[in-house]
Order: sequence, then structure tokens, then C-alpha cells
Amino acid sequence: MAMAIRQPGWYRGAIGMVLGAAFGFGLVIALRAISGLELFQTEQTGYPHVIVPLITAPFGFLFGFGAFDYWFRWAAGKPTIPDDHSAHGAYRWQDYFKFNTDHKVIGIQYVVTTLCFFLIGGVLALLIRAELAQPGEQIVAANTYNGLFSTHAIVMIFLFIIPIFAGLANYVLPLMIGAPDMAFPRLNALSFWLLPIAGIVFLGSFLAPGGAFDAGWTGYAPLSTGAPLGQSFFNVGVQFAGASSIATALNFLVTIITMRAPGMNPWRMPLLVWANLSTSLLVVGATPFVAGAQFMVLFDRILGMNFFQFLEGGDVISYQHIFWFYSHPAVYIMMLPGFGIISEVISTHSRKPVFGYRLMALALIGIVVLSYSVWAHHMFVAGMFSWLRVPMMITTMLIAVPTGIKIFSWLGTLFYGKIHLYSTSMLFSLAFIITFVVGGISGVMLGMIPIDIHVSDTYFIVAHIHFVLFGGSVFTIFAGIYHWFPKMTGRMYDERLGRIHFWGTVVGTWMAFVPMHWIGMDGMPRRVADYASVYGDWNLFISVSAFLLGAVQLIFIYNMIVSWRFGPKAGNNPWRAHSIEWQVSSPPPVFNFDEIPRVVGGPYEYGTPGARHAIMGGETAPEELPEPEPATVTSPS
Amino acid sequence: MTRLPILKLALASLAAGTVISVLMLQIDWFGDAAATAAGPIDLLMDVTIVVSSYIFALVCVALGYALIKWRVQPGDEGDGLPIHGNTKLEVIWTVIPIIIVVALAGYSWAVLDDIENEDADRITVNVYSQQFAWTFGYPESGNKWSEGELHVPLDRQVDFQLHAQDVIHSFWVPEWRIKKDNVPGITTDAIVTPDEAGTYQLICTELCGAGHSTMRATVVVEPEAEYQKWVNGLSQNVPESLLLTADQALEIEKQIQEKEDGIEGTGVDET
Repeated sequence: MAMAIRQPGWYRGAIGMVLGAAFGFGLVIALRAISGLELFQTEQTGYPHVIVPLITAPFGFLFGFGAFDYWFRWAAGKPTIPDDHSAHGAYRWQDYFKFNTDHKVIGIQYVVTTLCFFLIGGVLALLIRAELAQPGEQIVAANTYNGLFSTHAIVMIFLFIIPIFAGLANYVLPLMIGAPDMAFPRLNALSFWLLPIAGIVFLGSFLAPGGAFDAGWTGYAPLSTGAPLGQSFFNVGVQFAGASSIATALNFLVTIITMRAPGMNPWRMPLLVWANLSTSLLVVGATPFVAGAQFMVLFDRILGMNFFQFLEGGDVISYQHIFWFYSHPAVYIMMLPGFGIISEVISTHSRKPVFGYRLMALALIGIVVLSYSVWAHHMFVAGMFSWLRVPMMITTMLIAVPTGIKIFSWLGTLFYGKIHLYSTSMLFSLAFIITFVVGGISGVMLGMIPIDIHVSDTYFIVAHIHFVLFGGSVFTIFAGIYHWFPKMTGRMYDERLGRIHFWGTVVGTWMAFVPMHWIGMDGMPRRVADYASVYGDWNLFISVSAFLLGAVQLIFIYNMIVSWRFGPKAGNNPWRAHSIEWQVSSPPPVFNFDEIPRVVGGPYEYGTPGARHAIMGGETAPEELPEPEPATVTSPS
Repeated sequence: MTRLPILKLALASLAAGTVISVLMLQIDWFGDAAATAAGPIDLLMDVTIVVSSYIFALVCVALGYALIKWRVQPGDEGDGLPIHGNTKLEVIWTVIPIIIVVALAGYSWAVLDDIENEDADRITVNVYSQQFAWTFGYPESGNKWSEGELHVPLDRQVDFQLHAQDVIHSFWVPEWRIKKDNVPGITTDAIVTPDEAGTYQLICTELCGAGHSTMRATVVVEPEAEYQKWVNGLSQNVPESLLLTADQALEIEKQIQEKEDGIEGTGVDET
């Protein structure tokens, strides 16, 4: 026992958390006592004796858990045992609950954790839909309702969609580029462990006096600066989630730039790698803005600063500028990795190279550049400078062009292919194309100022974001999970259950989210617990569809759990794909490769006899294999 | 390699696009219209719906054709043709969307100018918002004041000066198609020309707290004479407390305007 307490792990983590909390609490009380203030400040925007421990306790936990042991030893000049891989790889199920530096373990930790948050966010969504099934207040009071949709959005965005892409890429990307791990394995593990902390902080706000944060996931000032204590939990939670996101993105950037296998020049990178390169550029550039915005709100709340206090010279609208300077790129952070997944899946299952590969990669970069110049389209009716509107409209609508290139190129990939529909991942990819086109079109409509003036803050917006985030991002997440499930677990999932999940999800998505366009245009605002009775029938229909959509997700969870345990063995390469991750065993060995592979061609050379993407270690004389000529067949016009 | 039946695919897309457009236009997207802005905005929406329908149809036809034509036979382990791209095609599907969105953006800009065009004989109405109530001041009628009920004359442009006392609210009458946030600290404005007499609902569309979904007011559009009679019948004036913050707001607004003029006029921010 005494030994266990000294070793990094859960015991020491728990002790660290208690000590961290005590330190933060004691610091606040001591400083207030010295200053002659009342020991406890319990205005609803105050509670420093809660907020400071909320920040110090997680750090105490991380210290105890072992997140900083190596760095501290190194900084203190102690021997760091460089070849100690005791915290690397999973040999028992308990290893998944440790501070583990293996990117494959971290990938699975991410995916499983975020799927748990997906279920929590889904339950919150169903509570919302239960309240909205009939006009009037039935299930929850209005302020509780505001807390429900705020936490629903935050859980889905910060704890599910953004991190699950980081998780999938964590698992797959180093394998794809022929790297033994991520560039910074310890930073990678720290990024993951910040995530459940963020989740606990966000959900912990339900226990705060005054209830969960209820100013929406956008947290507009001054509603947020005067809101009850839960809002501070939101401000702090965003810091943990944001730090996790930024550290992972840095890790991806360094890994992609410096750790590609010999021969993998940029034009030989799979599009998933391009997609994560683009996403990481967005994350490192934009996420600090949301972190900053939430610090400013927190300072207004607790330290009495006046960033957004209009009576003290603060500027209310500047919050929205800073917030959306992150949160518009954030929608691409939630979409670009999905684009990468779709490219991999469609190419593999139609047995054909991705059509227009270079333009596909450039389109991603184009989206990155454009997405930094469109944020104010969320503010067309916000009362900002009116001259800013038209330039923002034009850049917003131009983003449809690179996005359109991607849609058309995926369709072009299907033409003259050999399309296999047995895999659920392919079904989700094809459904994604159709659903995402609808979400993209409503996005262009929202970019047009006169239409946006009418539909801003209505259910049309709710319909749009759910079409792009559920019909877009979540479909690609499902495609990715089904696609790489055999690689991650070494087993096949049940395709029949996969099909049921697929059809239920597609039908449920369309039934739940299409009518929202109509009621929004017709006059139903968003974020309301109660609404005009004329929208009662449609809302009932939407609620029933949402429950259907929620129910079929249980099939997915069942399929994943049972197949992981009992599914038939998958073999190394069940989809006969070319990229490197499929050339190693399933699941891959702890250090991925005995010998780093050599990349000798593009990743999608289907249909060219003898073409190879990579030559694995142990194979004979890579130099002697001729580099295959890229085929120059053009499609008939 | 078989040639693509380009003509047939194009015709199928056109036909499907037409059918989808017709179906989509059957839906009464907007509900009732009661202001001059509604005509141009609704037309813009209809045009966008038709353009979108054809794009959606094109994607569906292409996907459907590919699935029928190239779905693999059971047991076929072969690969597709190694086509890596087609520069001509890629240029086409880059340039044509650019033309479409630039055209739609230009059209939107024209509509925006149209609906924000200010008439010389417009009247001004102050809209005060606070958690969770709307009140209205009529500066051209001796600063009379009404709570929860807004009256405006028919066929006369109204310049709504929007104020907020606590948090952000948003002014929206769906039948007018116009929305603008009421922002504490500054005055914003919304320009509406009601052209249909009747009673409507003013809805707060910016989340403003627990009472957000109940923050409504009644809007009455009536002929000028009846409007004047109603305003003259009001007994209260706008309370001092509201005016004070509104004046402060005007001062801030003036500063912002100067800053904006500086940016627009000289390219130099004077602050």
C-alpha cells in the first residue's frame, strides 16, 4: 500500500487531487483573511473558494497520476531512465486506465471516453426533445432547460466531436505515416487526461448552486458575466478542453512534419494526414481565442474586470468577435478530419485512387485559409459594424467552392470504380455525401445576409448545425470507427447490426432535422423551452424521430462491445487497403514497426498492377523495385 | 472504358432538379408576409432554393448512377480503373461554383441595399428591452410610452432604435423578415416598412435568461390615423431611467460612428 501511494497511479492521483483542492482553497481563504475580507464570497459570480480549487485540484491529480514525473525528473537533473517503456503499450485491460504513452492506447482511451460523452450528450438531447414534444413547460423549468441545451452542445462539441477525431487520428495517423509513435508521447497522454477533467468540470456544474451553465454554448456576455456559479465551471472547463486540443494539434503538426517514413513526400500522404494537418493548423491558431474569451468572462465575473461590462466602458460585441474567431474555424475543426476519413473509406471501398488527389489536398488548405476570414457571419444581426457584413458574406460563400470540390471529387472517385457496399463504413460515407450537401446548401443560404437576417437564432440554424454536425461530422465518425475497428481491436464487427444502425441513423437524422428548417423559417426561435402551439405537431414529430435516432445508437454500442470481445478475427487487412496501417498486424505491435517502412508511391494506387504504397521492413531489396509509373488514364469527357 | 452517357445524366439531373424545385417551392417556407422587405427576401430564398435543388439533384443522380453502374459483382476482387483525375473536369467544378456563389452574393448584396434603403419620411420608434419585457417609446409623439404593445402606422417606414438595459435581446417580427439585436451599451437599428395591417408577435430571439421563451410583445399595424389616435391616447412618457441609458448609448454610438467613418473615409483609424 505504501508502495502504491508512492508510485504514479490512481492512489497518488486521488491524494494529489485532495492536496490540490486543499491548496487552492487554503490559498483563497488565507489571502482573503490577510486582506481583511470576508472569508467566503458567495455572490453568484464570485465563489473564489470554489473556482480556484476547481483549477488546482485537476493539476494535483495530474501530478499524482504521473503526468509530470518524467519532466520533473528531467528538469531537476535526475536520471530519467530513457529506455523505460513501462508506461507504454497495453498488455492488460488495466493498462487502459493508466497514464499510458502509447498512441494506440491513447487513441482507444480517447474513442471510448468520447463515446461515453456522446451517450451523455445524447441523453441531454433527449431530455430537451422530451420537453419540446409539446408546447408549454412539462418536464423541466425554463432555467433548467437552458442548462440542458447549453451542456448538450458543450458535451457534444468539446467532449465528443473534436476529441474523437483526435482519438481516431491518434490511433491511425502515426501508423499511416510509418512512425513508431507520436512526436511527444508524454504530451499526448497529458492531452488525453485533460479531457475527462474538462468533462467532469462541465458536468459538475449541474451540482453548483444555481444549476448548470445556461447561457448557451456560446456564453454571450453580458448574460454569461452575470450568470450563476455554473458559468465559471464552463469558463474553466473550456480551458482544460482547449489545452487538450491545442497540445494534441501541436503534437500532430510535429509528427506529420518530421516523422514521415522515408519516401513519404507531401504528395504521398494519405488525405487523412492532410486533413489532420489542416485541422491542427486551425486548432493551434484559433483555440487560444476561445480560451482567451472565457478567461475574460471569468475575470469579469470573479475579479471585477470590465471587458464586457457596458456600464463600465466594456464592449459587449467584442466578446462575439473573439468567440467566433475561434468558433467558426471550430466547425472546420469538426469537419476536416471527417473529410479525411471519407476520402480513405471511399477510395478503399471503390477500389480506385481518390479523384484529383492534389486538388483535394489543396482544397483542405483553402478551407483553412478561408475559415479564418468568415467569423462575423455569425453576427450579421448582432449590431456590429455594418461594413463588415458584405466582405464576410463573400468569403463565407466562397468556402462552398473547396467544399464542393471535395464532394465532386468523391463522386468522381466512385465513377469507374468497383464499389463494395458490404461495409457499414462505406454506407455511412455515401450517406454523408448526400446529407452534407444539404447542410452545406443551408450554410450558403445562411451566408446570404438578407436570408440570415430572417433566420438567425431560429430553428433553421438548429437544423443547419445538426445537418453539418450530425449528418456531417458524426456520420464520418461512424464511418471512421467502423473502418478502423478491425485494426484497433483485431476483430470484425457485425455488418448486419451495422446496417440496422446505419439505416436507423440516416432515417432518424432526416426525420429529426429536416422539419426544423420549416418551423424555423416560419417563426420558431431557438433556445426556447416553450413555443407557439402551431408548431406543436412538428415538434412532436421531431421528438419522436430524435428518440428513434437515440435508440439506434444503442445498437451501435452493443455491436462495438460484443464484437470487440467475441467478433471473428479480422486479419491484417480486411479491406485490402494500401495505406501503411493495414500492412501491420491487427492490433499492431507495441512499437508499430520492427523496421520503418519505405514509401515508394501514392497511397491509393488501386488498379495499377504491382503498384505499392510502401515497402515494409523485412521485405527484399526495396531499391530494386521500380517506382511504378503513375497511370495517366484520363476519364472520358 | 465505356463512355459516360453525359447527355442522359445531364437530362436526368435537370429533370430531377426540376421535380425537387417544384416540390420545395410547394412548401410555404416563410409563412405570412407583412413588410416590404418580405418580397425581395422571399424571392431571393426561392431563387436559392431552385439553384440548390439542381445542385442537390446533380449530386444524387451522379451518386445513384455510380452505385447502379459500378456496384461490384459478388466475388469480384478486382480494382477499378486507375484514374487519378481530370484537369479539365476539376477546373470546371472549381470555376462554375465560384460563378454561382459570386452571383448569389451579388444578388444578396443588392437585396440588402434594397431592404435597408432609408425613406425620407420615416418615423422613429424606440424599442427598450430588458429581462423579460419589451417597451416602446414614440419620440415623434412627445416621447409617449407603451408597455408590451407596439403600434406602427401602415405603409410608412419605421426606423426602430433598439436599446437593451441588461443583456442582449433580439428584435424579430417573423412576418417582417427583419431582425436585429438589442445590445446593451450601444443603439442598433432596424428598418421596416409594414405593408399589411394586422396584429403580429414580436419575439426575442437572443437567449436572455430563464424567461427568454416568454419575452414577447404584441405588434399592431394600423392605418396612420388610427395609429396617431392610439399614440395620442397614451398617458405615460418614457421613464427617465430608460432615457438616461439610451442617451449614454447614443454617445457611445456616436463615438463608434466616428471611428467607423475614420476607417471608411481615410483608411486610418483615428483612435
